[in-house]
Amino acid sequence: MNWTVRLTVNGEPHTLALDDPRVTLLDLLRERLHLSGTKKGCDRGQCGACTVLVDGRRINSCLTLALSLDGAAITTIEGLAQGDQLHPVQEAFIAHDALQCGFCTPGQIMSAVGLLNEGQAGDDPERVREGMSGNLCRCSAYVGIVEAVLDAQATLAGEKERAA
Amino acid sequence: MTPELNLSRDPAHLRHGSNIGQPLSRVDGLAKVTGRATYAADNNPPGLLYAVLAVSSVARGRVAALDVAAAKAHPGVVEVMTQANRPPLHSDPDGKPNPFSFRFEALQNDRVRYANQPIAVVIAESLEAATEGAALLAPRYEAEPARIGLDADAAYVPPVVGMGMPAEQRHGDVEAAFAASEKQITAIYETPPHYHNAMEPHAIVAEWQGDRLVIDTPTQGLVMMRARLAELFGIAPDNILIRSPFLGGGFGGKGLMAGPQVLGILAAKMVGRPVKLVARREQLYGPFGHRSPTKQTLRLGASAAGQLAGIHHHARIATSSFEDFYEAAAHVTHTLYAAPAIATTYDAVRMDTGTPLFVRAPGLAPGSIALESAVDEMAEACGLDPLAFRVKNYAEVEPSTGKPFSSKALRECYTQGAERFGWWERPLKARTMRDKDGFLVGWGMGTATFHALMFAGQARAVIRRDGSGVVESGAHDMGQGAWTALAQVAADSLALELDQVTFKAGTSDLPDAGIAGGSAHTATVGTAIHNAGAAVIARLAELATSDQRSPLFGAGNAGVIARNGRLIRRDDEGRGESYADILARAGLDEVDGSGSGVPDPAANEQYAMHSHGAVFAEVKVDPDLGQVRVTRMVGAFAAGRIINPKLVKSQLVGGMIWGISLALHEEAVTDRRSGRIMNANLGEYHVPVNADVPAIEAFTVAEHDPFVNPLGIKGVGEIGITGSAGAVANAVAHATGVRIRRFPVRISDLVRRA
Amino acid sequence: MNRFDYVKPATVAEAIAAAGAPGAAYLASGTNLLDLMKGNVVRPERLVDITQIKELTRIETLDNGDVRIGALVRNADLAYDASFARDFPAVAEALLSGASAQLRNAATVGGNLLQRTRCAYFYDTASACNKRAPGSGCDARDGENSQHAVLGWSDACIATNPSDFCVPLAAFDAVVEIEGSSSRREVALEALHLLPGSTPEREGVLNPGELIVAVRLPAAARGFARHARYLKVRERNSYAFAVVSAAAGLVIENGSIKQARLALGGVAAKPWRAHDAEALLAGQSAEPEVFEHAADAALREAKPSGDNAYKIPLARQLIVRALAAAAQGTPSRMPALPASPFSAVPGALHDA
Repeated sequence: MNWTVRLTVNGEPHTLALDDPRVTLLDLLRERLHLSGTKKGCDRGQCGACTVLVDGRRINSCLTLALSLDGAAITTIEGLAQGDQLHPVQEAFIAHDALQCGFCTPGQIMSAVGLLNEGQAGDDPERVREGMSGNLCRCSAYVGIVEAVLDAQATLAGEKERAA
Repeated sequence: MTPELNLSRDPAHLRHGSNIGQPLSRVDGLAKVTGRATYAADNNPPGLLYAVLAVSSVARGRVAALDVAAAKAHPGVVEVMTQANRPPLHSDPDGKPNPFSFRFEALQNDRVRYANQPIAVVIAESLEAATEGAALLAPRYEAEPARIGLDADAAYVPPVVGMGMPAEQRHGDVEAAFAASEKQITAIYETPPHYHNAMEPHAIVAEWQGDRLVIDTPTQGLVMMRARLAELFGIAPDNILIRSPFLGGGFGGKGLMAGPQVLGILAAKMVGRPVKLVARREQLYGPFGHRSPTKQTLRLGASAAGQLAGIHHHARIATSSFEDFYEAAAHVTHTLYAAPAIATTYDAVRMDTGTPLFVRAPGLAPGSIALESAVDEMAEACGLDPLAFRVKNYAEVEPSTGKPFSSKALRECYTQGAERFGWWERPLKARTMRDKDGFLVGWGMGTATFHALMFAGQARAVIRRDGSGVVESGAHDMGQGAWTALAQVAADSLALELDQVTFKAGTSDLPDAGIAGGSAHTATVGTAIHNAGAAVIARLAELATSDQRSPLFGAGNAGVIARNGRLIRRDDEGRGESYADILARAGLDEVDGSGSGVPDPAANEQYAMHSHGAVFAEVKVDPDLGQVRVTRMVGAFAAGRIINPKLVKSQLVGGMIWGISLALHEEAVTDRRSGRIMNANLGEYHVPVNADVPAIEAFTVAEHDPFVNPLGIKGVGEIGITGSAGAVANAVAHATGVRIRRFPVRISDLVRRA
Repeated sequence: MNRFDYVKPATVAEAIAAAGAPGAAYLASGTNLLDLMKGNVVRPERLVDITQIKELTRIETLDNGDVRIGALVRNADLAYDASFARDFPAVAEALLSGASAQLRNAATVGGNLLQRTRCAYFYDTASACNKRAPGSGCDARDGENSQHAVLGWSDACIATNPSDFCVPLAAFDAVVEIEGSSSRREVALEALHLLPGSTPEREGVLNPGELIVAVRLPAAARGFARHARYLKVRERNSYAFAVVSAAAGLVIENGSIKQARLALGGVAAKPWRAHDAEALLAGQSAEPEVFEHAADAALREAKPSGDNAYKIPLARQLIVRALAAAAQGTPSRMPALPASPFSAVPGALHDA
């Protein structure tokens, strides 16, 4: 039996025939669409490496069946930059050395973008820490990650102000 | 920036600093923030099949039955590889061709020697099918009782500990020292098993192209792994290509080849197609090494005034039933405090676990938390401030050997770290500080130390006709920043700007860079690159100075300096010519040179070589509930020359957070009856999350070390853990007045009982 | 994960019909069910994906003032619903202290009510577990059980319910709306979960095929909004299950407690409502000794089920702390670290 799932991935519409209902969004991205920027660290919702945006909200793609998301818009790390223009969160991660091995980084960045979309943290580092606690980093780049998120938030706020 | 290389090899004349020493952002940052950095499991060659491990749920016994038919009947399953049908290996996985060859399981028989040992591999068209196929094998076992725990079996004195250190080492007479000591303490400290838990699970994509084997797998030792695979598969090393451009964390766990990598290669051989095998997170708690649990007995004797007279550090450790690796937990005591008498002893038990192996700061991480705790306990017994006590017992020479240190700026670390932290405001008495909300506040510190090692590595440098450079070494970037730091060394070694040099690393067909471990990679490969650069510049200089048409004719090699892509005369800097011009005139497309980085035996004989640091921590503890939060940390480190301060800071801060983890969080919990780890997942094997980590400050103090290697690099990858774990533990004791000696500190230890 | 049949109904009626088949399970966001399936702890033959049923995604205030939360409302959406968080702050705080932001964005209200225990022996399919395999025994009893139950446990099972959300729901008399193939019924949240007794496999009162469609918080629960907290003790400061948690709500007039609500998490197979303690608090002044008496009453029946005796004094201190925090007043803004004992400390960390 085949199932059809329609997804928009990084702005591009896909109609996918799945021969197996077990395929998670994570495995769909990595193994079938070959968008391997999204990482599998635990496959059980316990590390955050697989974080992507679904309709603008950050979720763990490992604990979501692809079939459940019919009609959804997915944004992965590959879809964040506009051409050569990095997203402010990406820029800030480099500037603050908010990464070491880089394996958790796509998840950290997508989570940070999700956090900023949620608008709950403000400029409070403590709220950023809490808001980013769903993303483990064994290299422990946490200090740089908090700095980067705050920096990116300030950049985005500035852009918004200039646009207004 | 004007990269400059003096052709004289006298280190005192080297003028690095153009690229070296700059706080550059990591050059692989762009790839990593865009998802373009390719880790092993990200590869999907055409025709790929998926392999999934089936692992044992018993810790000892044999596999009696597997339902291979059920697995094969599952749609999509292509093959099931078991001990009955796996392709042959050229040599025995239980053989021991060299001390770095650790025994492993590759389905060589039906024995089970630890829980989570691979017992079969299911290969399928999809990951989903392979995963379910592995579940359908429903193994039956003939199980024997598991031996788990540091009292599980008779203890024995291991032949050696760590990499060949004696299991008993005495300097002076500790018993006599204790007999004469006015203050004595004896305390037992326990640390649990630790698992690396790199964010990237071990993975391999293996493809056979006839006799040639091409694999993508994360490794901290490309050429060593290639040699091991060559011997196992009976093929020439040149017929194996290993690609490992990025490791998603190593921490020692990817230093040695592990069984599942071999199984992935065997699976590819069996089905004649490329195979991807990725260990599931829970499967990482077994065949990939871990840190042994320790039970350490510290006995200290001191004068009433706080002068240490003797330290006896005994460690009970564990190894597996089938292999020997002994965590050298006590050895830190030989190098840190100036006690006239020092003894370290070990005993060990065999357990039904995977073989414990290298985990970030092997030996020193558990050893340091015990020693730093005990030193604090002695300081308290003597009524001294913990830092004052450490300064009073400062080792001017290495205590056990009497050797001078090649460099040791620990005193500056103490001074500057204490200053930044505000340490001297600390009340001596425990449980006397509270914040305005009533939380207990404690300040603790610890001394950090790690040996300054070098292994052996090679590099090749090329100057091309356009004046640009290429530097090659099969180095490994597991997050420490090799792509950046070694490129900085490479650019300076060729006297070029960073963007004029192509740095190649991360594959096994490049010059052997040795192993990325022991905090020695930058020192080893950096030295090799430095020497390779000098060699190629020397060749250029020979071309120029022997050619009458060159403005450098007759200057002699020693009379020439390389600067900014040109060779110039030392005695007349206005005269010189570019690399490109030299090559053009010589009619050469390129010149190359090789260099190696190896430790200098004479210097090692003469000097004790260690990095040092001082870590200060503040914790808050809920007086009723016992929950702990680290609220502030400052670390000051002396680690010789710093190639890239920005990346080094990240390494040090990351290490300090591992220290928090060791003191407060991480622990593998094993059911002693079954031998299974009950928290083999990231939900319940706690590593710190962002909310556990305060705004940590780490900095380095200036330290010039002319003896460790030509560049003066000591390494920073592991030192951050040492000292930090003890600092946190000591801060908890200072906050609460309760000394916890079994780590990690738990809520059950600190909750108010009455 | 086993292969399963997958259906995606558009209405509750279709869903219930589809779930009538043996071996069927409802799939909402999957944050718990898919985890269990990946561990082979459960192997449903059919998944009835209810995520497209729009009627279950609403938060509405009913004519009688009750708030009705559709079963598919996401945890984060409920917690960040401004009027809900204002009226039921302890519920919002509990939601925000659970799991991670990513999981809260996905996890649903109904799913949270039904999440399974984190007992490692339940998860480990090679271990004996009466909950997973009735009659097989309980390896937790003599195993690694420092996190296990101290209230309401039995020799057959000492597992705890891991939900944060359920704790204030139990305290504030939430009601669960359930639909089955032939009937619609309501049960108090407090009665939704069952203690293990000799049948730990029976975790709640839902019958096969029944679907939770909504949770209601009674209008009266708003009366506690000015004095309501949820506190949670954890071995790490976020993204960890509770060792012990407590939800407390007070109605205070002139320094005197008119009404009290108290429930505990992490101590039993269900969210543990402490009625005796509530009764004892009513009419008393909001003072530490009163809270201590209440805590004693709440834990009168507590006893260790293993290496977990520390959880009893811990629960006692936490009850006192939660009551004191509630008495002090609901914070004007959600604490930076929701439910953390350290949440009272603005700028606990040095953010130089």
